[in-house]
Amino acid sequence: MNLPTAPVPSLEVSGLAYAYPDGHQALFGVDLTVARGERVALLGPNGAGKTTLVLHLNGILDAGAGSVRVAGLPVEKRNLAEIRRRVGIVFQDPDDQLFMPTVREDVAFGPATAGLRGPELEERVVTALRRVGMEEYAARPPHHLSFGQRRRVAVATVLAMEPEILVLDEPSSNLDPASRRELADILRSLDVTVLMVTHDLPYALELCPRAVILSDGVIAADDRTQDLLCDDELMRGHRLELPFGFDPRSVSVPRP
Amino acid sequence: MGAGHAHKLYRHGHSPVHDLPPHCKLAAVLGFVVVVVSTPREAVWAFALYGVLLAGVAAVARIPAGFLLKRLVIEVPFVAFALLMPFVVPGEQTELLGVSVSVPGLWGAWNVLAKGTLGVAASVLLASTTELRSLLLGLQRLRLPPLLVQIASFMIRYGDVITDELRRMSVARRSRGFEAGGVRHWGVLAKTAGALFIRSYERGERVHLAMVSRGYTGTMPVIDEVTASRTQWAHAAALPVLALAVCLLGWTV
Ligand SMILES: Nc1ncnc2c1ncn2[C@@H]1O[C@H](COP(=O)(O)OP(=O)(O)OP(=O)(O)O)[C@@H](O)[C@H]1O
Ligand SMILES: [Mg+2]
Repeated sequence: MNLPTAPVPSLEVSGLAYAYPDGHQALFGVDLTVARGERVALLGPNGAGKTTLVLHLNGILDAGAGSVRVAGLPVEKRNLAEIRRRVGIVFQDPDDQLFMPTVREDVAFGPATAGLRGPELEERVVTALRRVGMEEYAARPPHHLSFGQRRRVAVATVLAMEPEILVLDEPSSNLDPASRRELADILRSLDVTVLMVTHDLPYALELCPRAVILSDGVIAADDRTQDLLCDDELMRGHRLELPFGFDPRSVSVPRP
Repeated sequence: MGAGHAHKLYRHGHSPVHDLPPHCKLAAVLGFVVVVVSTPREAVWAFALYGVLLAGVAAVARIPAGFLLKRLVIEVPFVAFALLMPFVVPGEQTELLGVSVSVPGLWGAWNVLAKGTLGVAASVLLASTTELRSLLLGLQRLRLPPLLVQIASFMIRYGDVITDELRRMSVARRSRGFEAGGVRHWGVLAKTAGALFIRSYERGERVHLAMVSRGYTGTMPVIDEVTASRTQWAHAAALPVLALAVCLLGWTV
């Protein structure tokens, strides 16, 4: 993998451990490297520590031990502004993510905080909204949109910051099948590194060539998504279950 | 500003008044109210002229009189208060329709009614020609403390979300056979209020997390810089300047 000319990985997590202030330890030494442009699924049962890991990626939580680097830049207090520009997190509930009175202002929030103004800012907003097919909704208040539309706008708010890596927490939850597919199309069309937390295993298989399983605060497996899903013993061992009637062996996944 | 937030006072339309930048309109209304309040109450004709000025603005803004009058009902509490004054204020008495009332009370009532009505009418005009969102931008432009503007923006954004939450909780209650009726059920309602508070609080924390993730450090970036040209300021100034002329006349005559 490590060719001499290989660019710096988008994400390097090494030996990351974390205990919540109440003493509950959620991560026990996580190692994960994601190369630039890769799409990786982060799988794992409830309570495995996935969200905890995500909150470390942009310095919301402070590593107890170990380190996180985004495109070579360590996640530390003095780099936080730059780190938050590079890591775009799409949270599970779009109502938490969309807090401005109109879609346009919400998408503009990130770049404007980073100092962009005027036509340059407008350009960013329009581009981001166009990429998720929501440019006609710019003037609407977010809470008058459907759930799927809000999820798409949430993705746009993050795209507008032109992040190095896009992190999505449960992107397909609560979407109807058509919206789910549309979101997949959008994600596939993007030219960014993606880390996708999901319980939707077929979705992971469809979108991410590689997957890692986080279980009890450690990375328990890291392989091609299809190989992981076909390993019945591994899957059962980490409380991962495929939906009824779904056979990952029968699917031919597009090679990246 | 496109079809942003429409509130009940706002009347959609395109007129010279609608198109003025929000901070000009805010400043104009503020100036007008200050002038009205500082007019001597004895200059009855001056108040009539102020009324004519406002009617002129309403005409330019194409706000029908009925719409305006209906929204003036916010004023009712003032009216009730004003009507009491002639009877309770001590002082020289006079006969009005066979009832003995106090003269200073009558003047006081007139003062409250005239100035109150004009102030409310000017504000209603402002609200019916300016979207809530632009009002906030105007306030921001007029250097209102940013924190206040932020709080107001969040109230607009999450007002509906929270009412929706309340509605869902009420549906959940009623689906389980609960009908609020009488003091016996106040306990349940109080618990609902508590749960709503906790839900809102937790949402606040999650929203804050999302804001911080996009680089928020305590100040809201200025996204829409509202600007006004010299002519726009001049147009907006017409109302308070004319009112000031009337007021000065009122003091000298
Ligand atoms: N604020 C907190 N304080 C203490 N413990 C917490 C806190 N948040 C999470 N935990 C604990 O940390 C562990 C990991 O939680 P986390 O939210 O990261 O799981 P997850 O993998 O995202 O699960 P899910 O799939 O349900 O979203 C859990 O055991 C959880 O109970
Ligand atoms: Mg989670």
